[in-house]
Amino acid sequence: MLRGVLGKTFRLVGYTIQYGCIAHCAFEYVGGVVMCSGPSMEPTIQNSDIVFAENVSRHFYGIQRGDIVIAKSPSDPKSNICKRVIGLEGDKILTTSPSDFFKSHIYVPTGHVWLEGDNLQNSTDSRYYGPIPYGLIRGRIFFKIWPLSDFGFLRDSPNGHRFSDN
Amino acid sequence: MARDFCWRDFYFSSSLFSELTGMAQSQGWVKRYLKAFCKGFFVAVPVAVTFLDRVACVARVEGASMQPSLNPGGSQSSDVVLLNHWKVRNFEVQRGDIVSLVTMGHKNRYVKVPRGHIWVEGDHHGHSFDSNSFGPVSLGLLHAHATHILWPPERWQKLESVLPPERILVKSEEE
Repeated sequence: MLRGVLGKTFRLVGYTIQYGCIAHCAFEYVGGVVMCSGPSMEPTIQNSDIVFAENVSRHFYGIQRGDIVIAKSPSDPKSNICKRVIGLEGDKILTTSPSDFFKSHIYVPTGHVWLEGDNLQNSTDSRYYGPIPYGLIRGRIFFKIWPLSDFGFLRDSPNGHRFSDN
Repeated sequence: MARDFCWRDFYFSSSLFSELTGMAQSQGWVKRYLKAFCKGFFVAVPVAVTFLDRVACVARVEGASMQPSLNPGGSQSSDVVLLNHWKVRNFEVQRGDIVSLVTMGHKNRYVKVPRGHIWVEGDHHGHSFDSNSFGPVSLGLLHAHATHILWPPERWQKLESVLPPERILVKSEEE
């Protein structure tokens, strides 16, 4: 009786470890489903939307301008942020509003990216904490699966391009 | 159900009996092989990869930037260290720890290390590419804590967490 229970427990633990490891590898090297919260990416991604993220591009440095990425927060490594890549290393970024008379620029340093949320009025992003290291990027969001009314590939930025190519 | 197949068996059964049994014998052999392969692949590979990513892995130390603690012998013998991911799973590090970082890319004499960041330096000043060149590092880039030297055997030891006396702290967060 006891041996049966013990055997079943060990088998259960074994399966849990196996599936846990498969889940880790799937998310780390392929991709997974993510739920986003917060208003900083409206209207592209609303609060409580469910999206699909692929984690293959970042290993091959395939992240491009205009991609929406998930990254570790620079101020709190245990939480994630979801923003759009506005500039890659070496890009010149406009930090003042396009309507301002006196414009100021910043160059994105090597190994870093400049992120901004689509909802510029309500987003804490690189305009607040500066460019973030490329190594903090965890994946690229490219497809929305919930709500069904908004099912499909994600739109381009509603803010146009805010950088000048060098 | 285990049975030792040898090539003679395989050819004999597949050629002579395949017409009679409708290819069932050779199909059974192939199916069993595929099943064993899939089981091994989908179980062993993820478990090994997860272990190396989340628990610990091993790395060879290159260069002279951490002398004399690591690689004191220079190019003759490279130390092999244990990179302990498990110890940093909650991003807990202390001053004096030797850490490894995910790669990347001050002018001021005194620098304030922002919240959520760490300042790292090689032990060998002047010969080290560290926070003195690229500034404070975000904790999210923390990869592992190097806890032991595994090779060569005469250098087998636990790496102590010690802050070099000449690198003074002007003011810490806890004070």
